[in-house]
Amino acid sequence: MGALTAFFKSLFLKELFQGLAVTGRHLFVRKITVQFPEEKTPQSNRFRGLHALRRYPNGEERCIACKLCEAVCPAMAIIIESAEREDATRRTTRYDIDLTKCIYCGFCEEACPVDAIVMTRIFEYHGEKRGDLYYTKQMLLAVGDRNEVQIAKDREQDAPYR
Amino acid sequence: MGPLQFFESLPILFGPVWPLVWTLLKILGIILPLLLCVAYLTFWERKVIGWMQVRIGPNRVGPWGLLQPIADGLKLVLKEIIVPTKASKGLYFVGPAMAFATALAAWAVVPFSEGYVLANVNAGVLYLLAMTSIGIYGVIISGWASNSKYSFYGAMRSAAQMVSYEIAMGFALVCVLMVSASLNLTDIVHGQAKGRFADMGLGLLSWNWLPLLPMFLVYLISGIAETNRAPFDVVEGESEIVAGHMVEYSGMAFAMFFLGEYSNMILVSVMTSIFFLGGWLSPVGFLPDSFVWLAGKACFILFLFLWFRATFPRYRYDQIMRLGWKVFVPLCMVWLLFIGVWMMSPLNIWK
Repeated sequence: MGALTAFFKSLFLKELFQGLAVTGRHLFVRKITVQFPEEKTPQSNRFRGLHALRRYPNGEERCIACKLCEAVCPAMAIIIESAEREDATRRTTRYDIDLTKCIYCGFCEEACPVDAIVMTRIFEYHGEKRGDLYYTKQMLLAVGDRNEVQIAKDREQDAPYR
Repeated sequence: MGPLQFFESLPILFGPVWPLVWTLLKILGIILPLLLCVAYLTFWERKVIGWMQVRIGPNRVGPWGLLQPIADGLKLVLKEIIVPTKASKGLYFVGPAMAFATALAAWAVVPFSEGYVLANVNAGVLYLLAMTSIGIYGVIISGWASNSKYSFYGAMRSAAQMVSYEIAMGFALVCVLMVSASLNLTDIVHGQAKGRFADMGLGLLSWNWLPLLPMFLVYLISGIAETNRAPFDVVEGESEIVAGHMVEYSGMAFAMFFLGEYSNMILVSVMTSIFFLGGWLSPVGFLPDSFVWLAGKACFILFLFLWFRATFPRYRYDQIMRLGWKVFVPLCMVWLLFIGVWMMSPLNIWK
């Protein structure tokens, strides 16, 4: 009996018609495409995009060269060299992130005790040569300076959950 | 001199070569619109499949993306045609030319409306079958001439698949030939204009699709397999043999295969409309017969092609062979016998 019904099911293409019904319905469904440059999806305040180095409001850079981010980085994308400054504080002389190595996991931000290295919402950036995506300390500080308002707002919004 | 007089003076101007010029003009009149249809069929395909996948499809080039096929064509023309070092130079270019030329040549016998046919030959069906069969040579030659194992696999698969499905297709057509008692495509359409329902003004129900319903389905599915369309597109299965016989081709040589495939698709849908859906006949008595009906029916069948592509996953190769040989051929034989008995009985409706 089972074999007989199976035979007729396949003879009358039952399952094929079911499949056609599904795609036929979807032909008229409202389309969900987001047309990127004009339309954008909403972003979380925890978005992990381009990195930035922050400063304190008085202009002093936050980074104290503890090298926790360099240690935690799973892709080994961060290189830090440090030295003593004239005022006897420890500061970085070199802070490079190779964005072609970075996997955007956000561990550097988690590891940082002074919220110096952060990840911003910026994701539309590019390099025309391979070297263009090797970000130095100056470039990272510049990103931080440009976006400090947004960065500070995002940290503040997230503060109650940490 | 008005335009009418100008056209009337043309035969005198060309003198004895006028019949040749006139035929060439008619050929152009078929091929140019056909190529335009092919271009917009690719666009329509991408749109329909996009919609079925809840996307919106191409919409960037021109208003609503309507210039997309033009942009695609331009890109293909400008691209370099790469010939593999160890390819057989001559045959490498004969392959795509053959695939394309046969796909166009088959249109010679297609009747678009009452009297609108380039060659109203009595063996039209045979000519069609012959032309589509020669098309396979294009695939095999290009697969062999590319000197690549993937191309060769693709060509072999394609040949085996097309040969298998041509048998089922032929059997389905034999049923049509039996009931219309003619190999002439125009006569086959005329045969469908007669019958009890046509007299009642419901021509729709006296077309061949209803009494030959299983054959209609067999022909449609074999047509999809013949044109190597999804779900029978193992010939170009990306996961196994990349693009089959087309893998070594680029630029315009590749575009030839593409044009050939799509004009074959249009051909199969027009043929299905002529054999089973009454060609240019109007479905109801109070509307006149016209070319519009044929175009509408062909568009519907083409839409089915796209719908199937958006719905069904690719068949496994042995399943394709099983369907062709162990399902369609026996089904056709049974229905052939049934039609034969029906025609000999007093219930014959095709007198």
